[in-house]
Amino acid sequence: MNKYLLLLALFASTSFADTLYISLEKDNALAVVDGASGLLLKTVPVGQRPRGLALSKDESLLYIAASDDDTIQIVDLNSLTVVGDLPAGEDPETFRIHPNGRWLYVSNEDDNIVTVVDVEKKTVITEIAVGVEPEGIAISSDGLWVVNTSETTNMVHWIDPLQQTISHNTLVDPRPRAAEFSVDNKSLFVTSEIAGSLSRIDVASKQLEQQLHFRIPGVDQELIQPVGVLAHPDKRLLFVALGPANRVAVVDIQKMEVIKYLLVGQRVWNLAFSPDLKRLYTTNGVSNDISIIELDSLKVTKSLRVGHYPWGITVKDD
Amino acid sequence: MKNNLLRLRGLLLLVASLLVSASVQATPVQLKIAFLTQKMPIAAALSNLDPVLIDEGVQGARLGIADNNTTGQFTGHQYSLQYVELAVGADVEQAFDRLLAEGYQYVIVDVQHASLLALTKLARQNNVLLFNVSLADGELRNESCANNLFHLIPSYEMQADALAQFMLKKRWNKWFLVKGNEPDDKRFAAAIKRSAKRFGIKIVAEKSWSFEHDTRRTAQAEIPVFTQGADYDVLLVADVKGLFGDYLPMNTWLPRPIAGTQGMVPRAWHRTHERWGAVQMQNRFYAQAGRWMNDVDYASWLAVRTVGEAVTRTNSTDATAIKAFILSDKFSLAGFKGTKLTFRPWNQQLRQPVLLATPRSIVSVLPHKEFLHPLTYLDTLGYDKPESSCSFNQ
Repeated sequence: MNKYLLLLALFASTSFADTLYISLEKDNALAVVDGASGLLLKTVPVGQRPRGLALSKDESLLYIAASDDDTIQIVDLNSLTVVGDLPAGEDPETFRIHPNGRWLYVSNEDDNIVTVVDVEKKTVITEIAVGVEPEGIAISSDGLWVVNTSETTNMVHWIDPLQQTISHNTLVDPRPRAAEFSVDNKSLFVTSEIAGSLSRIDVASKQLEQQLHFRIPGVDQELIQPVGVLAHPDKRLLFVALGPANRVAVVDIQKMEVIKYLLVGQRVWNLAFSPDLKRLYTTNGVSNDISIIELDSLKVTKSLRVGHYPWGITVKDD
Repeated sequence: MKNNLLRLRGLLLLVASLLVSASVQATPVQLKIAFLTQKMPIAAALSNLDPVLIDEGVQGARLGIADNNTTGQFTGHQYSLQYVELAVGADVEQAFDRLLAEGYQYVIVDVQHASLLALTKLARQNNVLLFNVSLADGELRNESCANNLFHLIPSYEMQADALAQFMLKKRWNKWFLVKGNEPDDKRFAAAIKRSAKRFGIKIVAEKSWSFEHDTRRTAQAEIPVFTQGADYDVLLVADVKGLFGDYLPMNTWLPRPIAGTQGMVPRAWHRTHERWGAVQMQNRFYAQAGRWMNDVDYASWLAVRTVGEAVTRTNSTDATAIKAFILSDKFSLAGFKGTKLTFRPWNQQLRQPVLLATPRSIVSVLPHKEFLHPLTYLDTLGYDKPESSCSFNQ
């Protein structure tokens, strides 16, 4: 605790400080890491099998899905204690919060539904029936679209948040995992784990525009399993975590070509930027660490052991 | 209620705009799948520990139908399953004729070897696709292969190759083979010998368990004597029905591991399998069936999903179009094994990893990537193209 306070004092003065919150699936805990120094500040116990996590709009609270407790816990970021929970359906995994700060969309894998939760009232607004094994959730920054991917149905379901119903479905490659809107909300990127591909879908027409199949010399095709995907605000680059291929692909969005593969920890899963866009962080489930990538040079500079099965990551601007 | 609303909204959108990509149709297209199972005389079990399953396979098919229908609500397809259970000695061809008369074009078959051979001819004449979910013998994939027959269950040769690859990596290069007298025991034993030859493993001793031992003597007394004489690294047992194999572990003369049909077993599915999202599958199956999924259930789920995937992607229910798609490069199935599953065009066997399991854990998932192959590492298991004697034109 002393060390933690000391570090807090140390980094309170620097302008670009950021704090990473990482869910540790096997430790039932949340790791708190200082981004600039790459030091583990604290490990906080949370519910069972924590996976997806996100900050509240004012960044005072952290929501974390405790999958085996069938709830989303609310963590107060000042005290780093669990102060409440949200109803989240059974086995909540991935979730996102709508830009209005109020609606939280969470996939319930075993029940084939997406639950919509009002984070202020702490009530379920509705449940939306989707395909088999819903996984990824993405919300466009203009708030017009919520998309959900279903792993066994192999679809992207387009949810209209005003109606809270599905209005379109787009068939994609087998086992779609994560989705990410482009910064201008004109394109949607979807990773397909089994197909080893990245799809770009036109948001206006909901049609598949272009596909990229990852190939890495010397790495078995079967090991290339794209999962997390993150669009850089410069509108030029996209980062894709490739799971057991242990690499992050840097993709040129316009050309839909891989510029570079960055070697990170084992079974890289989720990604997050530092608020100043100097760094990219990756959670590596099997090697129990995170990798820190310098974005200017596109070089992996550090890996930090954080605990067992780091899963989700979110970053707070301090 | 929710579905109706979805459909209504889809319809309105269709009228309003041509931008709708995967439109929700007003009247879903029906697709009928039949599950034909032929009861077998129940074998005298070694113990009453495991209940005799009366719903093997069909529970997997039912789950597949439910999964397909969840997808179907978005694509406008509705799947149904007819379960036909035949008593011991009932006429399989007659039952199949009835299904033909009712217009079934997709039939999952869980029948005996001779019955399947008869059905493939009938199916071929009527453009019906058969999905074998329970017979593992190599002959059906070679000499007796049929171009309208797909194999979802791994062959004995795939299972034996998985064992051999594992043993080779362990340098357990000397095998003692013990086999029973049932036809399937002989088939599995033949697959074991083929794998031993393929991977340079030596079978140093081979014995048949003939049930002629003195019944006053217990397994604890009989097995040590039976397994005496040879030195070996591992004992491979071929006892498909489980009539004696479970006596072997811990009773052998030398302290050696047991693998094959007992001990460490090759499986398409196992209740301890949890990687690659398999936990969700295990949970869904258990919630539906009230028991754990086994190989035949898994193969049946795969059969229904194969049809579902092809119908979704082609937007067709025509058997010729479905078959062409299943065998094309565009087809792939996600089966909770960390890699896409596809069919071998030369014998229509589904490529898939094989799990090596003990009762309470997965020991390994084969093939290991050290076993190289120019096309796909999955083809290091079972009959590869150059080894296949299947000819669809005969």
